[in-house]
Amino acid sequence: MHELSICRNILDIVLEQAATDGFSRVERIGLEVGPFAGIEIEALRFGFDVVTKGSLAEGARLDIHETAGTARCADCGASTVLLRRFDPCPQCGSHNLRVTGGEDLRVKELEVT
Amino acid sequence: MCSVCGCGDSKVQDQAQLFTYELAPGPESRLIRLERDILAKNNAHAARNRDHFDARGILALNLMSSPGSGKTSLLVETIRRLNDRCACSVIEGDQQTSADAERICATGAPAIQINTGKGCHLDGAMVERALDGLAPADRSIVFIENVGNLVCPAAFDLGEAHKVVIFSVTEGEDKPLKYPDMFAAANLVLLSKTDLLPHLDFEVDRAIANARKVNPMVDLLKVSARSGEGMDQWLAWLEAARDSVLARRSKAAAE
Repeated sequence: MHELSICRNILDIVLEQAATDGFSRVERIGLEVGPFAGIEIEALRFGFDVVTKGSLAEGARLDIHETAGTARCADCGASTVLLRRFDPCPQCGSHNLRVTGGEDLRVKELEVT
Repeated sequence: MCSVCGCGDSKVQDQAQLFTYELAPGPESRLIRLERDILAKNNAHAARNRDHFDARGILALNLMSSPGSGKTSLLVETIRRLNDRCACSVIEGDQQTSADAERICATGAPAIQINTGKGCHLDGAMVERALDGLAPADRSIVFIENVGNLVCPAAFDLGEAHKVVIFSVTEGEDKPLKYPDMFAAANLVLLSKTDLLPHLDFEVDRAIANARKVNPMVDLLKVSARSGEGMDQWLAWLEAARDSVLARRSKAAAE
């Protein structure tokens, strides 16, 4: 359940931004989360509500854009979308894959008033 | 296939796709675009820890596993065998009690216990504070025994040179497939408690194949703290890892 720590980090980013940008309320937070970031989305939503209670982000909508996992096959050179880390290369069946994307965990944008 | 949890229930994915971006802000609101890595703060602490280790020629290892894999027993035996070769110290992470730190201290090696309370993992800041108290010797090895958990610790860099995952033969061959993020993050997998193999149906080759499916590059050693199997290879791995830390330090000093 490290999603709670992740939510605290999101709130810290929002509070830092509020200090420099001078907003008093957050309506929406846009996040980018990859399939290999180790995040359970529902746990993140639950944690977010708990962590933001009483803050300027209380009640803010969490828009989560789930990015694709990608990999390159070290045997046949194919670039592929990877749903799970242990899936084989769809071109040649090898497991000798290097993950090239899908570990994203970013705050992309804030909608504020 | 559901992209939330990898199960076969596509309805979950449909729900997940409902939460897409709504880019147009309301009339009163404004949009601030950011590119902020959520783990940046942890990574900054980890980078400071890494600098601390590198400047002193210290090899730091982050040991991770499920609870009960035999991490502490393996550490106690490792420290006993390293005794005259290299100084070492331990940062112990557990939710409660100082039992593990006490077991390490009984070997004569300094240890510091971090109790995470309800926390499920160590983070860079906790290790940074622990280093102040522990003050490990130059050219020593620092073992960081993470909270027993195969999920959360994978996401948090502590500033270690290598992540070592301990996977005991009492756990089942499919552990790497069930917890792929952890095994993908590992530089070394120690297949532990191999002295128990004659009493189990555990298939070592299948376990190794599963670990390689999620991490084709990972080093893998079979060890038993009890019988001593594989301990020489593990100590040789440690020595090689320490040599490369020291070589990096000399190179940095020469530049």
